[in-house]
Amino acid sequence: MTEILASALILAGAGFVLIAAIGVVRMPDLPMRMHAATKAGTLGAGLILLAVAVAFADPGVTVRALATIAFLFLTAPISAHVVGRAAAASGALKLWAGTQMNDLTRDLDVAASRAVTADPAPVDPDLAGHAPLADAAEGPAPRP
Amino acid sequence: MLSLLPWPALVAFVLLGLAFVLVFIRLVRGPSLPDRVVALDMVAFLAVATIALWTLVTGVTAYLDAALVLALIAFLATVAFGRFIEETPVAPPADVPSAAPDPTRDP
Repeated sequence: MTEILASALILAGAGFVLIAAIGVVRMPDLPMRMHAATKAGTLGAGLILLAVAVAFADPGVTVRALATIAFLFLTAPISAHVVGRAAAASGALKLWAGTQMNDLTRDLDVAASRAVTADPAPVDPDLAGHAPLADAAEGPAPRP
Repeated sequence: MLSLLPWPALVAFVLLGLAFVLVFIRLVRGPSLPDRVVALDMVAFLAVATIALWTLVTGVTAYLDAALVLALIAFLATVAFGRFIEETPVAPPADVPSAAPDPTRDP
């Protein structure tokens, strides 16, 4: 029974990892590649480690496998966040041509206009009519 | 360790090998440094998965410690690469003339 369960977990995990690898190759820009690598890759590796935890009856092995799963699930979002943020900050981030909305540059524009002028943020012609921008512009009172 | 494992483990090893090949394609081609860092992170994930699978096939549980340590080191490496990317601007802002032109870049 545990062998069948472990086999199913192994196959599912390897499949998810392969999907993650396909996504890393095929996706058109960096955030999409990170999206594929982080989520599907973490789930695939976690499933294979879970198969280890299931297959060995030893509690020590199970605890180590579960600790590795917990560590992967905690660190994968952090590392993806660090890399994405660093790419955006360094100016190396080129988004896909079909990108509809870029919240990061919008938020940075709002923050910069708040910091430089006490006036409400000027409406960027590209973003005119964007409801969240209007909300953000009239948000809290400008600091002195 | 497990009598039933051979063929699912074999299939999983083949899938993991394919994944390694695909991620290495991205590692070689990746147009920018962050792409390569993502590919390296993915290689570390794949290595952890492969070590876990190898633990299962051989029954030697000491390999699991290697997987745990590799996950830790991969995380530290990715964070360090993130700091490195953040502190090396790729394109200087257009309105600020750079005082010292970058020798590696066209003037």
